[in-house]
Amino acid sequence: MDTFTPSREDAVAVAATGLAKSFGGVRAVDGIDLHIRQGEIVAFLGPNGAGKTSTIDMLLGLTSPDAGTVQVFGESPRAAISHGLVSAVLQTGGLLKDITVRETLDLTASLFADTRPVAEVLQRAGITEIADRRVGVCSGGQQQRLRFAMALLSDPGLLILDEPTTGMDVEGRRSFWNAIRADAARGRTVLFATHYLEEADEYADRIVLMARGRIVADGTTTKIKNLVSGRIVHATLPGADPVAIAALPGVDDVEAKGDRIAVHTRDSDAVARFLLTQTAAHDIEIAAQNLESVFLALTSTSASASEGALS
Amino acid sequence: MTTAPPADRVTLDRRVPPFGGFNLTYLRIELLRKLRNRRTLIFTIIFPIALYVIIGVPQVDTPLTATPIAQGGPSVAAYIMVSMAMYGAMMSATQTGAAVGVERAQGWSRQLRLTPLNPLVNVIIKMIAGLLLGLFAVLATFAAGALSGVQLSAVQWIGTGLSGWILAGAVFTALGLMVGYLVPGENAAQITSLAIVLLAFIGGLFYPVSTMPDFMQSIAAFTPVYGISQIARAPLTGDTLDLLWVVNAVGWLALFVAGTVWAFRRDTQRV
Repeated sequence: MDTFTPSREDAVAVAATGLAKSFGGVRAVDGIDLHIRQGEIVAFLGPNGAGKTSTIDMLLGLTSPDAGTVQVFGESPRAAISHGLVSAVLQTGGLLKDITVRETLDLTASLFADTRPVAEVLQRAGITEIADRRVGVCSGGQQQRLRFAMALLSDPGLLILDEPTTGMDVEGRRSFWNAIRADAARGRTVLFATHYLEEADEYADRIVLMARGRIVADGTTTKIKNLVSGRIVHATLPGADPVAIAALPGVDDVEAKGDRIAVHTRDSDAVARFLLTQTAAHDIEIAAQNLESVFLALTSTSASASEGALS
Repeated sequence: MTTAPPADRVTLDRRVPPFGGFNLTYLRIELLRKLRNRRTLIFTIIFPIALYVIIGVPQVDTPLTATPIAQGGPSVAAYIMVSMAMYGAMMSATQTGAAVGVERAQGWSRQLRLTPLNPLVNVIIKMIAGLLLGLFAVLATFAAGALSGVQLSAVQWIGTGLSGWILAGAVFTALGLMVGYLVPGENAAQITSLAIVLLAFIGGLFYPVSTMPDFMQSIAAFTPVYGISQIARAPLTGDTLDLLWVVNAVGWLALFVAGTVWAFRRDTQRV
């Protein structure tokens, strides 16, 4: 039963190469490569419309790519699902409203060859008390937890979650992520899409940043966080000396566009003081660095430049 | 070799379920869903019985053929009873397709794509559940008939019941599925229910075709209810099978099955 095959264990959970998908004239996914090792927890981070959901649909075999290949544990997505190797909690996944929570799980369990006990996934998802409630009268958060319980039934090697905590309250969120972390310790690979940096930061080993159909950054949580931390000081300064400004304490990067400069720094006070006292700079603005600005910066520069920023 | 993993490590050696995921738990839950649905029960079980009581029971002593009832001839009530039993079986059968349409619109079909269940097996399970409820409708109507004094030979009971159930089930499961795949959402159920009532009227389910005006009789002979109901009622009247009935039944079944296969293929390509 619990046989262990080293070859499978060493295999990458997800191997996607050159994936592309268009809807109408829009390139939703524009040629991405994604490789995830067994046991990694990966956050798929990006604004709405970045192509996260389309990518996930291709990993699950719900959509076939226009170009590129995708394998899950060395198999086609459909074969991986048939083996119960991958399961998912999707935003759009429907439920039957006229049966109970427990019946939904009984039904789902009956479709797999091997499953965990229904009582166990009920408890793990925190919905034991509402097991006999009709799905139609469950709240959005409870339905989302039911979807999570369904995804746990097959004890998948890869769990894919699309905005998993949408509609959950704080307590629901906490128990949800506790369950996820406990699973990762057992070797489960987790890929979750989110547009909350905090969620990605707190729970992922690795963050894949996606914007406009492309992966614009891919690295450890620390690396990605550094991109987002700090502030940007904008100023108008004709004939600025970027080298002098870059030498200031805490400055990560200096960009100049015409007379306008943008200084990425962890110490905005020092930069502002320097600009006001030592230079003729005017129209100074200080803005907090956030995910949106990182997305903008990464998508407006070329892909190779963004990779350079991470290395 | 690495060291042995912890006992509860997520294993990657998995089996694929046999028969494309077909299993009795799913079938049981599908049946339960139907039995819990008040609307389904009213239209497939209660409505046919009520119609039988209203139209059929007053004619328990009216002979259907030249053979008097006292000498073992069938009554008009028996004719209505078989017709109403078929009506229930048709209603139940078409709901299979309507359910497919609704569940697709609600995203349940997509959820099932995340399981090993084969989409065709999903439809087959629903078909079986629909046929079982149809059988229940036939048995309930026949029970009402027996209680109200319809007397038939064992061959007539079984012959009309089985053929009525199977023929109505086959033709109208196919019709319902075709509509279910073509028309999204709740509309499928409304359309098929309306179609059945209309077809039942024209096709001679509520009163014998022979009592209709000539031009109506000609139209009736071309409707999908006509062939199957004439065949199913043959054991009552002792008529031999008319080739036209068989052509009608087989023709409509073939048409609906072809339409379903075409619509199903179109549908699964879209996911």
